[in-house]
Amino acid sequence: MHTKTLTELARDLKARKLSSEELTRSYLTRIERFNPQLNAFITVLQEEALAAARAADARIKCADANALTGLPLAHKDIFCTAGVKTSCGSKMLDNFVSPYDATVVERFRQAGMVLLGKTNMDEFAMGSSNETSFYGPVKNPWDPTRVPGGSSGGSAAAVAARLAPAATGTDTGGSIRQPAALTGLTGIKPTYGRVSRYGMIAFASSLDQAGVITYTAEDAALLLGAMAGFDPRDSTSVDRPVPDYTAELERPLKGLRIGLPKEFFDPGLDGRVGAAVHAALTIYKKLGAEVRDISLPNFWLSVPTYYVVAPAECSSNLSRFDGVRFGHRCESPVDLLDLYTRSRGEGFGAEVKRRIMTGTYVLSAGYYDAYYLKAQKTRTLIRQDFITAFENVDVIMGPSTPTPAFGLGEKTGDPITMYLNDIYANGVNLAGLPGISIPMGFVDKLPVGLQIIGNYFDETRLLSAAHQYQRETDWHRQIPRGFE
Amino acid sequence: MSLTPDEVRSIARLARLAISDRDIPRYADNLSRILDFVAQLDKADTTSVAPMAHPLDMSQRLREDAVTESNQRELFQKNAPQVEAGLYLVPKVIE
Repeated sequence: MHTKTLTELARDLKARKLSSEELTRSYLTRIERFNPQLNAFITVLQEEALAAARAADARIKCADANALTGLPLAHKDIFCTAGVKTSCGSKMLDNFVSPYDATVVERFRQAGMVLLGKTNMDEFAMGSSNETSFYGPVKNPWDPTRVPGGSSGGSAAAVAARLAPAATGTDTGGSIRQPAALTGLTGIKPTYGRVSRYGMIAFASSLDQAGVITYTAEDAALLLGAMAGFDPRDSTSVDRPVPDYTAELERPLKGLRIGLPKEFFDPGLDGRVGAAVHAALTIYKKLGAEVRDISLPNFWLSVPTYYVVAPAECSSNLSRFDGVRFGHRCESPVDLLDLYTRSRGEGFGAEVKRRIMTGTYVLSAGYYDAYYLKAQKTRTLIRQDFITAFENVDVIMGPSTPTPAFGLGEKTGDPITMYLNDIYANGVNLAGLPGISIPMGFVDKLPVGLQIIGNYFDETRLLSAAHQYQRETDWHRQIPRGFE
Repeated sequence: MSLTPDEVRSIARLARLAISDRDIPRYADNLSRILDFVAQLDKADTTSVAPMAHPLDMSQRLREDAVTESNQRELFQKNAPQVEAGLYLVPKVIE
């Protein structure tokens, strides 16, 4: 049953071919067997999951179920889960048991979904390889010497290895799309404000957005429908109706105008990944779409802009970790300043400290205008490029990442090399647009992803374009060897 | 640009981060590289471009000034490193 998609499992549950308890047991057994080699989970909720599965079976029996009741899933350990350790991949929160549920967690819980566990991630979601986690790196199921991507690397590895049929993730600068691409999965980052950020530990508040990592666009549509929507507890949540994503999946692609930005095909792109994009476009043309060459002239500003804006927001957001109310506290502080500095110095890892210090520097007196204000202006230019492009096209397509998965340790020496892995992702967050990555083939036997970027709140079109490509291809059906 | 060890110590102090002397050169190198990298932004012409703080140009939503939360101090303090009589304990601040 672990080779089925979430949508197929939902059908089986509804038809009572399968109970949620059987399904949950099967995933828990796989987690027990495979997690030691992958390190995809920080916390596994054996007892709680089985109890939730039995409750779901009771709901199904008395016809009190919806499409999601009884389906298992995993949450990235950035989402607060009441009564369950929520670490955010950091020593700082190693002892933190959340007193409440994030809105995303609450919605899936109310729908009757079964939480299998909390997945590993880069510390405070800062990383592109899952190597900054306090709990150790996650291995890519396609090749254990390689990274699964990050920061939602544990979610991606868990779903790719069929240890969970779907998982949540968060995407501040590519953290859903990049790991989905590197593990052969579908990953959607919705429009900024589409999904509530309440209870999702903040990294960069003007960029953070929650989404899901699944096998198919159909699965993503099913989950997004339940997780999206207005939440008064998130001040940037947008009050706008949620479309029926599943019902729109078959909307014909005939006449779809696809924009292909020439700037995406730069020398940093592995030519074989570029070729895979063109092969995918051939399929879209066959489906009736039309490809137009476009330009995003300020694209080159996106990574440097991101590495001013995101660290600035992170330095402010992470000031709450002071060793006083929750989180790590150092031993025998001599005074308050010593308490703050040593608790933070010990609780945060090197990448988080780097980003806090970068943010502190760019926001400090004398440098604010040169860095932060400048970056807010280049951010306007980046967004304007997309707005102009969407006057003539419906979606933008390109590679999700410049290369397939890289080796563990290969890029940890130089932060810039690591940051450039998200070159195609960062701009989408800066503009607040939705983006999806879907499997489009293999390079060196490693999966690579096609990124589809949509206009604001046009997740419907992204999902239908992804879904119809997946009807024509079977890249999303491939399972890494040893995990069949 | 190249940050000096003293500049790194000063940033760390502002950020309330204890960094050991042994690690200072590595942070100086990394942070200098990051600042060099983002300095590319200088090449962009941003004359008369408005700064963007929020992707959707929304204004801050305000709620009614009404009590919506109940007091859960005991629950929240379960996560605190040190509490006494419902108060968070820190080293002595005032002599």
